[in-house]
Amino acid sequence: MLGRLSWDAIPFNEPLPLLSGAVVGIVILAILVTVTVKGWWPYLWREWLTSVDHKRIGVMYIALGLVMLLRGFSDAIMMRTQQALAVGDAQGYLPPQHYDQVFSAHGTIMIFFVAMPLVIGLMNFAVPLQLGVRDVAFPTLNSVSLWLTATGALLVNMSLVIGVFSRASWWGYPPLSELAYSPDVGVDYYLWSLQISGIGTLLTGINFVTTILKLRAPGMTYFRMPVFCWTALAANLLIVAAFPVLTATFVMLLLDRYLGMHFFTNDLGGNQMMYANLFWAWGHPEVYILVLTAFGVFSEVAATFSGKGLFSYRSMVWATLGICILSFMVWLHHFFTMGAGADVNAFFGIMSSIIAVPTGVKVFNWLFTMFRGRIVFKTPALWLVGFMVTFVIGGLTGVLLAVPPVDFVLHNSAFLVAHFHNVIIGGVVFGALAGITYWFPKAFGFTLDERWGQASFWCWLIGFWLAFTPLYALGLMGMTRRLQHIADPSWQPLLLVAEAGAVVIFAGILCQIAQLYVSIRTRERRLDLTGDPWNGRTLEWSTSSPPPAYNFAVLPKVETIDAFWHMKRTGRAPVEPVYESIEMPRNSPAGFITAFFAVVMGFSLIWHIWWLAILGFLAAATVVLIAGWNIEREHEISAAEVAQMERAR
Amino acid sequence: MAIATIDRAPTAIPTELARGRGGGGPAPKRIVVAYGFWIFILSDMVMFSALFAAFAVLRGNTAGGPTGAELFNLRNVFIETMCLLLSSYTCGLGALSAELRYPGRFLIFAAFTFVLGTAFLVIEATEFAGMVAKGAGPSRSAFLSAFFTLVGTHGVHVAGGLIALIYLSAQVIAKGLQAAVLRRLLCWSLFWHALDIVWVGVFTLVYLMGAS
Amino acid sequence: MDGSDRLLDRTPGVEEHEATASYLSYTAGLVLAILATIASFVVSQTNLLWAPGIPVGLVVLAIAQIGIHLVFFLHLGSGPDSTNNILALAFGVLIVFLVITGSVWIITNLNSNMMPMTAQ
Repeated sequence: MLGRLSWDAIPFNEPLPLLSGAVVGIVILAILVTVTVKGWWPYLWREWLTSVDHKRIGVMYIALGLVMLLRGFSDAIMMRTQQALAVGDAQGYLPPQHYDQVFSAHGTIMIFFVAMPLVIGLMNFAVPLQLGVRDVAFPTLNSVSLWLTATGALLVNMSLVIGVFSRASWWGYPPLSELAYSPDVGVDYYLWSLQISGIGTLLTGINFVTTILKLRAPGMTYFRMPVFCWTALAANLLIVAAFPVLTATFVMLLLDRYLGMHFFTNDLGGNQMMYANLFWAWGHPEVYILVLTAFGVFSEVAATFSGKGLFSYRSMVWATLGICILSFMVWLHHFFTMGAGADVNAFFGIMSSIIAVPTGVKVFNWLFTMFRGRIVFKTPALWLVGFMVTFVIGGLTGVLLAVPPVDFVLHNSAFLVAHFHNVIIGGVVFGALAGITYWFPKAFGFTLDERWGQASFWCWLIGFWLAFTPLYALGLMGMTRRLQHIADPSWQPLLLVAEAGAVVIFAGILCQIAQLYVSIRTRERRLDLTGDPWNGRTLEWSTSSPPPAYNFAVLPKVETIDAFWHMKRTGRAPVEPVYESIEMPRNSPAGFITAFFAVVMGFSLIWHIWWLAILGFLAAATVVLIAGWNIEREHEISAAEVAQMERAR
Repeated sequence: MAIATIDRAPTAIPTELARGRGGGGPAPKRIVVAYGFWIFILSDMVMFSALFAAFAVLRGNTAGGPTGAELFNLRNVFIETMCLLLSSYTCGLGALSAELRYPGRFLIFAAFTFVLGTAFLVIEATEFAGMVAKGAGPSRSAFLSAFFTLVGTHGVHVAGGLIALIYLSAQVIAKGLQAAVLRRLLCWSLFWHALDIVWVGVFTLVYLMGAS
Repeated sequence: MDGSDRLLDRTPGVEEHEATASYLSYTAGLVLAILATIASFVVSQTNLLWAPGIPVGLVVLAIAQIGIHLVFFLHLGSGPDSTNNILALAFGVLIVFLVITGSVWIITNLNSNMMPMTAQ
């Protein structure tokens, strides 16, 4: 009746997950009770949960990412602490069975439920505004994407208190992830949460490729688009190209686990190396999806905070497209040591080194943008400089690892861990935080507090280097990744430094929470009344802060790159345009309700509650069919209403 | 700082901007929808390519069990192929009818498409059932896992397409051939033709190469 | 009504009236596709083609038939407003090619470096 679900699934005898689960449960309950008591449900439902507005969806993605950052970071500090303590005879506090779940959850959450939502959230918020249009190509689908991603996040977190999470790392390599070696629900939680959120991500990719290529303001030719939109295009092309590979790979592993097939099993002909091959064929483009968007943020920030147009726009565009294509030709560097011959390894090693070239072009373009500019060192510019130093060093260690003989020594060592954290934190996290600071006033109508922002930056920067430099050294000394216990006591000093670094990063996160709290409390002092707090160059800054639902009352006519900068320089006295009525898509509960049933279906599949899984699937399908039956899904904002809203600016 | 608005009368976008370089403003809805669906189809092709890659790599891993040459009935494959190809044809004729605003004719061609598609699925299901009965099911070997998954995924897409065809035909009956319905029919026919393209790959690489 | 006739025979996302279909176009496509299919079966089941060349022949026929589908059923043309579609298709073809040939090359190479297995 309930499959393999029973009371045993709840970790009554394990204090850590039980306690953290209880705390999270209480917090969630408190939030739900507060919302109910204050009567906010109608507002929340109408304005947020059923919203198909890209700005709202973007904010919700980022909120999801930031909340999940707390979960992923607590996993990180648990690991750092364990490694700092469990040296020599000491055993630490985290038994191997739990440690393995912690590092698996850490990677899975950080990549899929922190980095991707942050990046997709920024694209959601900014791209239509930068393109000078009213919304993305498929707004309802956008809502579905958001809520399916949230479904995945919810399922992963449920594994903390109901059952276990995967112990097979964030990759899920067979044969460990096969039934023979992981018979419990952990890998199933991993697979189903990622399959479901993967659908959401793929839909986002389709949505944004279509939006960027087919929906731009009049006059905005391809080479007049802001660079952030070019990087968003490249990233979404990669989503469309790579995520289907992950879907297929997970389908095969699921079929092995659920229907006894033999794609990757030890017996009857399975080939585990094929899993690694296909996983990384997705995995490498995935990290470029993340970092290209970050590059786009920094292109915008560099230009805006240097008071100069971006240096060599065209080479930036070609470098972006070059990275996009090349990122699909390097994936074997993730498994140089799996036993390929010298010819195969050499090919992919060379391609991996080549991809550093367009990246280098971008770095020089940012530097030349800042050169002889009038630099304003607000928080986004600090993130920019921190990124350029940190990411370049991380990238260099990557080029080092791209040499196969070097990788033979350093594969899956702490050096590798340091490298990818170097580029992901230095690139993606710094980029996301810069983007959030940059566009926050546009979304909410007031800027964030500068001092707390700068404090959090310095904590992150110093904390990152403290936490990960020791890992470079340890990797060269022979320490591998994912160690629950350290045999060599000479490594402990370095691990203690790394622990200190994690604590400093934690301080940075606390600064950010403080920043949010203080900024909201004192927002009257930093209101953005003009819509253009940074003296920006692109079209989003021509709207009010926050913009009206329809973004632009009249779609702007674009004549140059940096269209808004051009408008400001050649601006004449504003004359009220002739307003026309605007058609906007209606809100839709389809996304939220479909996602609800997806949670039911996912949970049931994990626990083998077949009847409930079928019901959940049928319910979700029914929601789609019902939502699809209604083809009148727009509502009209009359010209008079538009005029009224514009005059009130 | 005053927000500048463009107060000149909007001039016509010069032709060289409007075409090719993408300066013509937001595209009309039917183009946006069709292009978005085209991108979705390409993503689906990538997913199939991963399944094809798995099949290519595992085709020799028969684990002492039956091979393709022993199992495949090429006469049935030919009939299946013809069914699907003809259904693409009737789909195209249905599309023409819908465009010319003949809902009755569209529905007739839709019915033919449905019947031919169902015939394809029946033949395929019979083939699968026969193989399972012989002990050559998907859990027998990696080769068979790959075969059943690749061909079965295509079959699931066909089945989904047929369900969607019923749904869309109901919309045509209920709402007539208005613009939104026509857009969806366009997407559906793109999907159906794409499935036939995938089948060309399947019958060539799986059946014909497997059987020889 | 957005004034567009010939909607369904539009290439996905094409702006103007080009490569419009007709009963002739679909019928021609069907006939060619049937011929290509029959040819594939004949090539694989007889020794019309020199044996080692059969796989190549089959691949060529498959590509030709896919082309027939793209042109006659999907109306993928070569006008200036089809550019986005052709580029998208080219991108898709590139990815499909990389995934399949990359995987086959890599796994064949890896398999050849595996220790000999005992008979299963």
